[in-house]
Amino acid sequence: MTPEETVSAPNPIEQFELHRIFPLEISGIETSFTNASLYMLLAALGVVGLMVAATSRKSIVPGRMQALAEMLYEFVANMVRQTAGKEGMKFFPFVFSLFSFILIANLIGLVPYSYSVTSQIIVTFAFAALVITLVVAYGVYRNGFGFLRLFVPHGVPLPVLVVLVPIEIISFLSRPVSLSVRLFANILAGHITLAVFGGFVMMLLASGGWSLLAPVPLLAIVALYALELLVACLQAFVFSVLTCVYLNDAIHPGH
Amino acid sequence: MNLRIISTATAAENAQETHPSVGAEGQAHHEGGFPPFQTENFAPQIVWLVVIFGVLYILMSRLALPRVGGILERRSEKIASDLEASRDMQAKAQAAAVANNETIRLRREEALAIGREAQQNTAAETLSRRSRAESEASEKIRAAEGRIADAKTRALANVEQIAIEAAGSIVEKLTGSKVDKDRLSAEFRNVKSS
Repeated sequence: MTPEETVSAPNPIEQFELHRIFPLEISGIETSFTNASLYMLLAALGVVGLMVAATSRKSIVPGRMQALAEMLYEFVANMVRQTAGKEGMKFFPFVFSLFSFILIANLIGLVPYSYSVTSQIIVTFAFAALVITLVVAYGVYRNGFGFLRLFVPHGVPLPVLVVLVPIEIISFLSRPVSLSVRLFANILAGHITLAVFGGFVMMLLASGGWSLLAPVPLLAIVALYALELLVACLQAFVFSVLTCVYLNDAIHPGH
Repeated sequence: MNLRIISTATAAENAQETHPSVGAEGQAHHEGGFPPFQTENFAPQIVWLVVIFGVLYILMSRLALPRVGGILERRSEKIASDLEASRDMQAKAQAAAVANNETIRLRREEALAIGREAQQNTAAETLSRRSRAESEASEKIRAAEGRIADAKTRALANVEQIAIEAAGSIVEKLTGSKVDKDRLSAEFRNVKSS
């Protein structure tokens, strides 16, 4: 990553490449410790640092970090309670882990030269698949065949149902796709845009007379970076709110 | 730091060149394509994600969230109990204030009664003292009048004596002969009674 290299070939995709730090294979499955694993670990350590280390004193009057941990706790708890109801609170630890992990991973990904865990479709899809599996498993466990009422909206006349049920089924099946692609695409697009604008700055600087214009894309990067901070938080929030909505469907199908 | 990781990773890949499968993957990875869609990258990410997220979930659900929930619950309990205590205190303070006002009212009435009684006592005492003083004074006046009357009679008696003696000495001067004292006093009484 010397400046000459970047100028000659500004590659906005390079940042998403996976690098195997410790190549490893267990019974035919590749389990290499990669830069993605490293940043997953960092994100998890960030969450643990905030939620476990910062609350170790358990003080009635919280310090700064404990107040942050409590804010996060209450924020997610309110979100779960409002969207999935009191019964949904049994999934609170799950939603909390999901939200805090995605949030911290997104934010760490915004640090220059770092790696964005959530910019990989397989990671977001794994989360989405986990959510949908949980929704289906809990929905069937709790409601049995009643879970199928999810596809039959209440109080709709029969002729409409003929059309509506297939739509409902398709929309349910597309949930894991939309859930995973939304997060993945947002993070990916944001990082590509930042890298492209960074490439503009380098190219303008290297182009002699035009280098006077280099601050323009630089300012755009600053603005985009603010937007990406918003996106990082918002997408973590959207992902977990939708998780709560889907869990609510599993708890109360058929409305 | 990232640069170092990349270079060590590349070195590691080169070192694994002898291992056929990892070497091939390294090759595919370098051949390009859009990294998020390279299927050979899926397995290591999923494995580590499952491990790391699993541990995170266990830590959150077993340790962190019950702890934070406990802190919040303890705080709300403390606030509630403190509020309760302050409400109790306030009620007690109000009751004390009412009792205090009642006491003040009773004491004031008592004080007024004592004042009135004292006033009456003083008035009565003053009256009795005055009457006693008056009677004493009139007694004294009477005694003094008696003494005055006494003194008067005595003085008058003395005057009689002096007059008699004066008359005797006048007569003696005029006549040159002594007059009998008894006769003089008899004469005097005659003159006086007439």
